Amino acid sequence: MPASRPARVAASLIECAVTGLHATAAGYAGMVVTLTLLLLPLGVGFPLLTPAARFLRARSDAARSRAARRSGIPLAAPDPLPVPAEEGAGARDRARLILTDRGFWRDLEWAWLEPWAGGLPASLPPALVGYGATGVLLQPIFWWFLDKDSYAYFPVHSTAMMGVTVALGLALTAAGAFTASPALSLHDRWSRVLLAVPRNTRLERRVVRLSDTRAQALDAQAAELRRIERDLHDGAQARLVALGMTLDRATRLLDSDPDRARELLADVGRTSQQALVDLRDLVHGIHPPVLADRGLGDAVRSLALDSFLDVHVEVGLRGRLPSPVEAAAYFGVSEALANAAKHSGAREVRITLDHEADVLRVAVTDDGRGGADPALGTGLAGVGRRLEVFDGTLTVTSPPGGPTNVVLEVPCASS
Amino acid sequence: MRVVVAEDLFLLRDGLVRTLQDEGYEVVAVDNGPALSRALLAGGAEEADAAVVDVRLPPTFTDEGLQAALEARRRRPGFPVLVLSQYVDSLYAGELLAGGEGGVGYLLKDRVTNTEQFLGGLRTVAAGGTVMDPQVIARMLARNEARGTIGGLTPRERDVLGLMAEGRSNAAVAATLHISESAVAKHTANIFDKLGIAPSAEDNRRVLAVLAYLRR
Repeated sequence: MPASRPARVAASLIECAVTGLHATAAGYAGMVVTLTLLLLPLGVGFPLLTPAARFLRARSDAARSRAARRSGIPLAAPDPLPVPAEEGAGARDRARLILTDRGFWRDLEWAWLEPWAGGLPASLPPALVGYGATGVLLQPIFWWFLDKDSYAYFPVHSTAMMGVTVALGLALTAAGAFTASPALSLHDRWSRVLLAVPRNTRLERRVVRLSDTRAQALDAQAAELRRIERDLHDGAQARLVALGMTLDRATRLLDSDPDRARELLADVGRTSQQALVDLRDLVHGIHPPVLADRGLGDAVRSLALDSFLDVHVEVGLRGRLPSPVEAAAYFGVSEALANAAKHSGAREVRITLDHEADVLRVAVTDDGRGGADPALGTGLAGVGRRLEVFDGTLTVTSPPGGPTNVVLEVPCASS
Repeated sequence: MRVVVAEDLFLLRDGLVRTLQDEGYEVVAVDNGPALSRALLAGGAEEADAAVVDVRLPPTFTDEGLQAALEARRRRPGFPVLVLSQYVDSLYAGELLAGGEGGVGYLLKDRVTNTEQFLGGLRTVAAGGTVMDPQVIARMLARNEARGTIGGLTPRERDVLGLMAEGRSNAAVAATLHISESAVAKHTANIFDKLGIAPSAEDNRRVLAVLAYLRR
């Protein structure tokens, strides 16, 4: 239930004041660190730097979590302050390490800018409200008990003037009340910029992630190729060899035992059929023909038709997507459907596919009993890894009692 | 009868053309999607009486053949089309049956290795019947079983239902199951009764009714 207007304004004002206090604390932390830095060339202060830097980092981390809490969007933290690898490192070595940390310099930048960019705008609304309130509440009292007085540079020497100052007080209070929320938003936006992870750190992390997903993709591909080779070897290849041998026998018996030859030829027919079945299944497991020909929407509809469950599909896709993305999404849906059929006791499944804001989103919801293991079965875990290669995500929500919701999201430009 | 054959693989196309010509059909052979569309939409003396079509044709090698067949059936409901494919898909089967009209067949190319089966299928389709690949029917039956919609049937009745859905005549069903035709007739009567499908004297209507039931 949304709080009433006055309650929300009051909460905003309190938060403004608190933000102002935090900004002041940040400013002081920054000053301490700067002072320590200035002492370093003189050869003193090395033991001070590490605790000061840690204190500063604690302030910026706290600011990050406050910003994340308010906006609901998490804020990435910089890499933690480096510590020396060996035991018994001196204060100088520790300090030197801190000086090399990008996050430390970012923190310092933030500490100096925050009181001005954040604290000042945030403190203004409560200050206005406070000053306005004194105008409204105290000015009349001052006027009656003291003769000469002034308020906001207005000399108060008549009742009329007092009336004016009261009105001015009210106006200031209102101004403060109205600007509380906008001031907080401004502070939030500014904070996100100041508190963001340094660019190089961001890039480093991205490189690590890309290396990981690339390695995973290569592993998966190698495993897939091995599987294909094995299936071909044990399936179609074996049957074709058998076929060849049977044909050979049939040829040799053509004249001496034509009836037996005819039997063997019928056998050859059956074996070749079976080889075709094997090859078809293999192809389907790699890239289903309907997916290649018609695209993701129709391929999912085809899955729905073949499923034992009652599956309803809503396709909101326009045009085709890159074929590896389609394949990853298709096998994801196939896995989710298989899980729903096997474990959940579901009767009905709803699948929606849409492509908004350059993100492909596929949701599979079943009405089963839920409680799916959050660690994910190997099947879904494999799907998740496959999606990671495209910077995609797999989210499973399955409270006990159901329903289970599996969502695949992959950023991908519209065709 | 004038039959259009659309198949891009030369050997297969040649084989189909010869087989059909030996049976006395007049054959128009094409090897790509646009040519197929032209052949199917031609009218007058050039109008085709039936078509044998591969799903995948140049230039896009997706489902050109299927689309041309569906378009032809939209303009002439019930136009006999026998669709051949390297793989069968329930989605395509559904699209072919969607109009509710007979005269449609959907078979795996492998079935074409048997001349009798192929010609028999084309004859059925040209006469307004339906011919569905056993693989498609097997999937339909499995689904229906899992959902309990054909639970009341005995195993034998289930077999008869499957063969009937493939488009086989009573005689063919009897031959496949090694039972008498009258036994087949009895089974089918029971099946229609248990599933609540209105019996129909006409064979083709009957098969369509069964397929409609299974596709619900």
